[in-house]
Amino acid sequence: MSLFCRNGRRDSLTVRARIVDAGEGLDAQGTVTVEDGIVTAVETGPAAPTGLVLAPAFVDPHVHLRTPGREDEETIVSGTEAAAAGGYCAIVAMPNTDPVVDTASVLQALVERAREEALVPTGFTAAISKGQRGEELTEMAELAAAGALAFTDDGKPVASAQLMRRALAYSAVAQRPLALHCEEPTLTRDGHMHEGAVSAELGLGGWPSVAETLMVERDLALATYEARPLHLQHLSARASVDAVRRARLAGLAVSAEASPHHLCATDEAVRSLDPNVKMNPPLRTEDDRRALVEALVDGTIDCVATDHAPHARHEKDVPFEEAPFGVTGLETAFAALNTYLVREGEVPLATVLERMSAGPARALGLPVPRIAVGEPANLVLLDLDAEWVVREDAFRSRSANSWLLGRTLVGAVVKTVADGRVVYAA
Amino acid sequence: MSTEARRHLLGIADLSRVDVERMLDTARALERTLDREMKKLPALRGRLVVNLFYESSTRTLASFELAAKRLSADTMTLRSSGSSVDKGESLRDTALTLGAYDPDVVVVRHPQIGAAKLVASSTDAHVVNAGDGKHQHPTQALLDLFTIREALGRLDGVSVAIVGDVLHSRVARSLVEALLLVGAEPVLVAPPTLLPRGIEEMGCAATTAIDAIADVDVVYVLRMQSERMQPGAAFVPSLREYTALYGVTPERVRPGQVVMHPGPMNRGIEIDPRVADSGASLVTTQVRSGLVVRMAVLYDLLIAPGLHVAAPALEVA
Repeated sequence: MSLFCRNGRRDSLTVRARIVDAGEGLDAQGTVTVEDGIVTAVETGPAAPTGLVLAPAFVDPHVHLRTPGREDEETIVSGTEAAAAGGYCAIVAMPNTDPVVDTASVLQALVERAREEALVPTGFTAAISKGQRGEELTEMAELAAAGALAFTDDGKPVASAQLMRRALAYSAVAQRPLALHCEEPTLTRDGHMHEGAVSAELGLGGWPSVAETLMVERDLALATYEARPLHLQHLSARASVDAVRRARLAGLAVSAEASPHHLCATDEAVRSLDPNVKMNPPLRTEDDRRALVEALVDGTIDCVATDHAPHARHEKDVPFEEAPFGVTGLETAFAALNTYLVREGEVPLATVLERMSAGPARALGLPVPRIAVGEPANLVLLDLDAEWVVREDAFRSRSANSWLLGRTLVGAVVKTVADGRVVYAA
Repeated sequence: MSTEARRHLLGIADLSRVDVERMLDTARALERTLDREMKKLPALRGRLVVNLFYESSTRTLASFELAAKRLSADTMTLRSSGSSVDKGESLRDTALTLGAYDPDVVVVRHPQIGAAKLVASSTDAHVVNAGDGKHQHPTQALLDLFTIREALGRLDGVSVAIVGDVLHSRVARSLVEALLLVGAEPVLVAPPTLLPRGIEEMGCAATTAIDAIADVDVVYVLRMQSERMQPGAAFVPSLREYTALYGVTPERVRPGQVVMHPGPMNRGIEIDPRVADSGASLVTTQVRSGLVVRMAVLYDLLIAPGLHVAAPALEVA
């Protein structure tokens, strides 16, 4: 078992809604019955209240829980409460904490805390390199035995091609995939936003898209050479997506994420100089955004990942260049995608739901949430028409550095069932 | 200027063409007072202008201080060195602290982009951006417009080549916007590594060919930021090669052209001393323009009646 959460009684409930589960070939009005946490009946039937959709709950392959080390920004409790409110039945935490998750003892302590505190089943990744310094491999086999779902130096690239090659080869022993943050660091020094017309006008240092694409190409080449699967994190640029598409056509087992902010927003947003639109990789052009959307639709990008990155208010309340990278996303992911992609006709609802649930589950080898008799209940009930305003004081997360503050979104999570338990009800 | 109750000058984007022309007209009226024995005007008596400078500056700070004093305002200058800033206080907290003195205007210079905007969001004072990182330096652009208008008698249709380290220059960014606003024609001239990708989308021309300066009315030379030329961060192979390819020399300046520089100059690097000291050079005029334009900006923010109106009657009697 690689997901951990606190114990609790399994719930029983009946939900009447439009049931959408692309994996089960399901899109019909009906009723789902859950008894003691297990789906016992899926019946198509009379029309449900307008706008209500029941889908497999979401899986987030990329969350920063800031624990251990920055519990002022997020804890396992607050992070998993945020996940529950966002419709998630599973989340995967990144290892760039303080200390870094690079030894079994750090990981074991986290697993113990998750067993006591996590509202939503939580998985953990461990670092590729000790201290994420990019020099020596971590003890991957021992970390895998202690529960590491995957290995990543997320937040930093693995700059050395030699170390990346060894990590790919050695990950076969650990039997876990690598999840890669692709960034050529010599091209992104002093980079604060996408390099292009907007950065030229504002004077902000550029983080060019080629810095991502170069690393994507390198890692795809190395993975092909070592015949190892690969998971690419938070892609942002058209050329990166094109490279992934080519590699997959050539037979490489590669999965890829995109974040709601990269799918919905562009570098034009940085004109506000609001540190809450500063993230790594940065928001890119409309052309890049469209490429990500096309890739989400055709499956080249198979995962929506929030890259939920909480930051203390005082650390973001500074000039743009001084602010750390990262925005929160767990509680707004579905609503953002529904508002800016589904309602705008760019992506079908069923595709968004699949890429938020089955896609990431498969990519990280987790059980795929399904609406089928005999399955554990992992369900999200959505109101597609509910309008709400993103407010700083309404987050369950300990941090409120959302790129959506003040915006009106359409679509809300009404109820979340994770591993048979109702973990959120609006 | 921005339409909020409190008007700020954070960037050229805050201004309309009418605003610019009103300010330049005010500056011209103020310039006439500089030749008097009694140079002080009572316009801002009892007002407080705070200069908040997080970056070393000689001419901009001196210019703002004197501008405020000539208008009879009280002034107070805070520098990052030796202040609570060095004790880790955030810019937001410093701005809030200053607010306790009820300043009328806060003039901010800061090495980071958006700093003046952040101060504006945490004070009741009018904020003037005196340079935020590589972003904007709007009073420099206004004084340059004033200098050009006084020298050539017009702005509309004037062609201006901005030559040098565009990448690191807030002066270039503000000036391009300001020139476009008043109908002038900026062209950026720089080595490829110092010309930011996509800059032409601001609406200006951009070229790597130094020959482009032959066709313009004004040659505007940017300071070469030598500190950017350290090993490992070198944007050009050497200053020597830069000077050979892009230095503004007498051979490259045509009769009838005027030459400007925001200062401080690196003589012998981006500008040949013979050009800097020639009759074509407007460098000292720019400094004098800086004083009256900053007086005009302070006057406009605190006294001018409203938005997009013609120049107000200025009592200089």
